[in-house]
Amino acid sequence: MQIYKIPESLRKDTNFTFCAGCGHGVAIRSLCECIDELNLREKALAMVGVGCSAFLYHFLNIDSLECPHGRATAEAAGAKRVNPDKFVFTYQGDGDFAAIGLTESFYAGIRGENITTICINNNNYGMTGGQMGPTTLIGQVTTTTPYGRSAELNGYPLKIAEHIAMLEGTAFSARVSLDSVPNIIKAKEAIKKACEVQVKKLGFGFVEILSSCPTNWRMTPYEANEHIREKVVKEFPLGIFKNILEK
Amino acid sequence: MTLDLIKGNIAIAQAAFDAGCNSYFAYPITPQSEIGEYLGAIMPKANRVYVCAESEIASINMCIGSAATGGTPMTSSSSCAISLMQEGLSYACAQELPIVVASVMRAGPGLGNIYPSQADYNQAVKGGGNGDYNIIVLAPGNVQECIDYTHRAFYLAKKYRNPVFILSDGLIGQMMEPAEFTKYPYEDIDNSDWILSGAKGREPRIIRSLSETGEMHHERVKKLFQKYKTIEENEVLYKEYFTDDADIIVVSFGSLSRNVKGAVKKCREQGIKVGAFRPVTLYPFPSKKLYELSKTAKKFIVAEMNMGQMINDVKVAVKGADVDFIGRSAGDWLDIDEIVDCVKESAGGIYANI
Repeated sequence: MQIYKIPESLRKDTNFTFCAGCGHGVAIRSLCECIDELNLREKALAMVGVGCSAFLYHFLNIDSLECPHGRATAEAAGAKRVNPDKFVFTYQGDGDFAAIGLTESFYAGIRGENITTICINNNNYGMTGGQMGPTTLIGQVTTTTPYGRSAELNGYPLKIAEHIAMLEGTAFSARVSLDSVPNIIKAKEAIKKACEVQVKKLGFGFVEILSSCPTNWRMTPYEANEHIREKVVKEFPLGIFKNILEK
Repeated sequence: MTLDLIKGNIAIAQAAFDAGCNSYFAYPITPQSEIGEYLGAIMPKANRVYVCAESEIASINMCIGSAATGGTPMTSSSSCAISLMQEGLSYACAQELPIVVASVMRAGPGLGNIYPSQADYNQAVKGGGNGDYNIIVLAPGNVQECIDYTHRAFYLAKKYRNPVFILSDGLIGQMMEPAEFTKYPYEDIDNSDWILSGAKGREPRIIRSLSETGEMHHERVKKLFQKYKTIEENEVLYKEYFTDDADIIVVSFGSLSRNVKGAVKKCREQGIKVGAFRPVTLYPFPSKKLYELSKTAKKFIVAEMNMGQMINDVKVAVKGADVDFIGRSAGDWLDIDEIVDCVKESAGGIYANI
């Protein structure tokens, strides 16, 4: 029998403040379980992005630095370089990682920074109320694309994990989803590998997590998970795109 | 004492190394690239961190990551690229992080040109980042001071947990003159009670700048300004030259103060009672001392290699005293005779026979 308990890496005195059905809580819990299982909590340093992900440091039982929007991987690089024995990870949204922070993010992979990044892809800027972001689907209605995202006007959604996988210094890159229990289990496995490559000093570990945003998608939590299965994974296929652990 | 012929940029680089800088993050730009080239040679050999950053945005944020986790970081840059760091500097002030930035000024606005300038006085002293904050600014006037004030920059950054600028320019940066690499003269400052080092056997620490409530924010900023008050009371540095009996005082900073000194000598030979005043710390600004001098001096002339930036701080300090200005757009030098002519013109109202 397995007894449910709160991971040591989560604070016990706070509750998640995310919207109903939001994937952040599951992602954070999975990450914290991995950190516990790899016995990294006491040497972990969290570099927290701006957006809904910024709430992270309220919940973590881990030292945390609030980073400017998009700059978490640069701050993580600075922290890891002077503290090579610490476990340094970033937690960012897709807007933070792949729009405003794209240069810093890519360079984490280009230089092979020995850090781990978790990037929540929810197809919009959630914190500011659901505007179009780098991963918004073609045709998706957001507050800044009221007629749906048009490729002609706004270009195309960015396939983050595939691009990160192409970089020499990337050790692990995967896209996972939180839409169902089997996928949550797979997501945790991927997060663990992205942590392990750092412990083994192999390079940049990256996981892009497809996560629902029912509030801004104007859906119920159930509909939002259906939407991920029916629409989102067609644009953003799940999979491991690079894994030098199994080379 | 052994003097070597040392270039200003190299002086800053070696002095940073001697001050215990354990991580340097930067992107190249003229006229300061020698700092990165020199440290690129010595940092890896000493097992210290050197990262050629992908941009100045990245380099200042790498400094933040290093400083927040117990490192002793420095970055260096110039003018249009210091502009890119303003967001990071605002965060570093809000999060109270010890970061040293060597700013070697070239001409602006825009790409400007690569000649020496003092047009980034406002950029350093007033800042271009958002919010209420102050950065300590030290302005060396020669190569020896590049060494001494780089040491001091690291000390003050750690003592006050605040970013510190070394505001040099292309002239001092590229000039060689005799100087000595002295030993870092300051005590070590313990940071173990605030850095992020892993929540082992203690509550987790958060270094942040976001305030959830107005009250929380007000308290946060109030605390910052209490610190700035202490800095203003204790860390003002300036240099004086013949100010005791001066009717006219020429105020200048950094490299230009050398020519101002030459001009003062020349004027004195011609019987004009001129003195020179040089703020070394541009923040905190030596306002009190200038006000004191305004009680005896009849006139101030502010000389700058820009269109008039420090003059605003001088005007505030001297509270209504007469202030003239000599300067020109960055990228050009004011020579001794030009300053002498300006002093003579200003002196016209004071001395009947000039």
